[in-house]
Amino acid sequence: MNSIIQLQDLYKQFGQLKAVNGISLSIEQGTCFGLLGPNGAGKTTTIEMLEGILAPSSGKVLYKGRPLDDTFRHEAGIMFQHTALQDFMTTREALVMFQHFYENKVQLDQVIKDCSLTEFLDQDNRKLSGGQRQRLLLAIALINDPEIIFLDEPTTGLDPQARRNFWQLIRQIKQRNKTIILTTHYMEEAYELCDSIAIMDRGKIIAQGEPAQLLRKQFSDVIVQLPKEDVDLSFSELPMDIIEDNEYIQIRSLDVTETLRQLLALNINLAHLQIRARTLEDLFIELTGEQLRT
Amino acid sequence: MKLERFVAVLVARNREFIRDRSALTWNIMFPVMIVFGFSFAFSGQPLDKYKISIYSNQPDVEASSFGFSRLKYTKFIMADNVDKAILKVKRHQLDMFVDVVSRKYWINDSSPNGYVLERVMGSFDDFDFDKATVSGREIRYVEWLMPGVLAMNMMFSALFGVGYVIVRYRKSSVLKRLKATPVSAFEFLSAQIVSRLWLIMLVTIFVYFGTDVFVDFSMNGNYFDLFVVFMLGAFCLISLGLMVAARITSEEMANGLLNMISWPMMFLSGVWFSLEGTHPLMQQLSLVFPLTHICESVRAIMIDGVGLMDVSDHLLILVFMSIIFLGLGSYFFRWDD
Repeated sequence: MNSIIQLQDLYKQFGQLKAVNGISLSIEQGTCFGLLGPNGAGKTTTIEMLEGILAPSSGKVLYKGRPLDDTFRHEAGIMFQHTALQDFMTTREALVMFQHFYENKVQLDQVIKDCSLTEFLDQDNRKLSGGQRQRLLLAIALINDPEIIFLDEPTTGLDPQARRNFWQLIRQIKQRNKTIILTTHYMEEAYELCDSIAIMDRGKIIAQGEPAQLLRKQFSDVIVQLPKEDVDLSFSELPMDIIEDNEYIQIRSLDVTETLRQLLALNINLAHLQIRARTLEDLFIELTGEQLRT
Repeated sequence: MKLERFVAVLVARNREFIRDRSALTWNIMFPVMIVFGFSFAFSGQPLDKYKISIYSNQPDVEASSFGFSRLKYTKFIMADNVDKAILKVKRHQLDMFVDVVSRKYWINDSSPNGYVLERVMGSFDDFDFDKATVSGREIRYVEWLMPGVLAMNMMFSALFGVGYVIVRYRKSSVLKRLKATPVSAFEFLSAQIVSRLWLIMLVTIFVYFGTDVFVDFSMNGNYFDLFVVFMLGAFCLISLGLMVAARITSEEMANGLLNMISWPMMFLSGVWFSLEGTHPLMQQLSLVFPLTHICESVRAIMIDGVGLMDVSDHLLILVFMSIIFLGLGSYFFRWDD
């Protein structure tokens, strides 16, 4: 596959703070790439350097093998984490304005349909709900039929239903063979949408690859978890590999049958027992030794 | 520059201004209220009881060196141009003009103040001049004030309508969003200038003719000349607003800075009262303000009926200032914080 965008030894420093500390990446055309990490990890700084919004302190960003130029501006669609549109502008007017900025224009009806904007087309953009607003901003990012789309924490602040609806939109875009670069601190979101991911922490990439592959590589166990109130014993009395958690006793298990047998032998109430596979969140904690700083 | 992108930003800004009813109403009502308020407050009486101007070709001669300047309740001003001083007597802006070189004095034959002054001045030994009379209608204070108020409204609209709005755009990341598109800084800034320029002109024309219906002020010059001066003045003030907003990211900072610029201009540019007779340093200081040059040009056209060539020195200064402001504003402009 061809690489559409490359980062070469990228650094960004704000005063004494090294926000991005030597990142190199290559993102394949037609894939969805996720940049993951907690708040303050350097995701937004990295994506803004990729978008050409921020200049790197050192290092290079290459789009189709060339530094970011006017061609990139015409072929990129960007949805920022925090942005605003001009006041007193309706959804339709915002779309029309952005449509005029580009040589390549998508049919307005098409983007309105794709992003489900019909119900609030003539509404002032300042009066839209969180989900509606994100759909409008995504529509604006798609107005030039971009080859590469940047989505910076697109579902932050959305309720679970709106988030899932948004995922559906992103899946539809993926089907059109577009390259998507997504930042998120929702590990589930990355797992659902991304073909490959990079986990960032403190300005560095600490893991990179396909989500399932990364999990397989790191973990061979599953988690057996029980609510703390169902277990009368202290951690030290349990003859198992335990992960501390505020609400649950989480047991690392290589053999679930054996673990269940041990729990029954200890007379523990298993009514609320859950068995779950390892997640990207587990991977993050495993790699950094910290809880996710959301 | 691509026209389609420029027009798209221009339309968005125009729409924003026109739909913001409170700002639009304020832009129109504010100057009208000022004109009505001041024309009512100062109707009839001039600000000084008597005003006499003296011309001498001797350098460094002060009014106090003449014996007749001991007259109380009278303001004596040194004139630098005989023709201008005589014109002011015609317009009742001066009660008397004394030319010590040609040994003549002028009064307006329809001015009660001129008549009284002539009688009183005769009692001074050194007031030994030949009489000359001129005729002319009195310029009411409101007629003198009107150009200043129009220019002042233009100033507020330009500075806050461009400077403050750009800072707001920057703070709310509207500019950052535009930066991510093919829109260039030149296209964006041009659209802001053109949008504000035509809106200012529209509001100024509306206020001018709307106020004229009620106040009935005189216009002795050419409307095209007046339009040119207003256009150039508005352009200069918008450029100043762009320069102020080039890098600021805080609305509070922008507000403070714009007030720091607009308030001294409002009081030291001769909007409300003539700067004649004020300290020479004050008069020199007033020349650094674009508003002074706008007020003087507009007054010269509206009151004295002069043409563009007669105010060309003011217009050249406005062009020069516009180039400086626009150059610095464009050079230092940045999209995001």
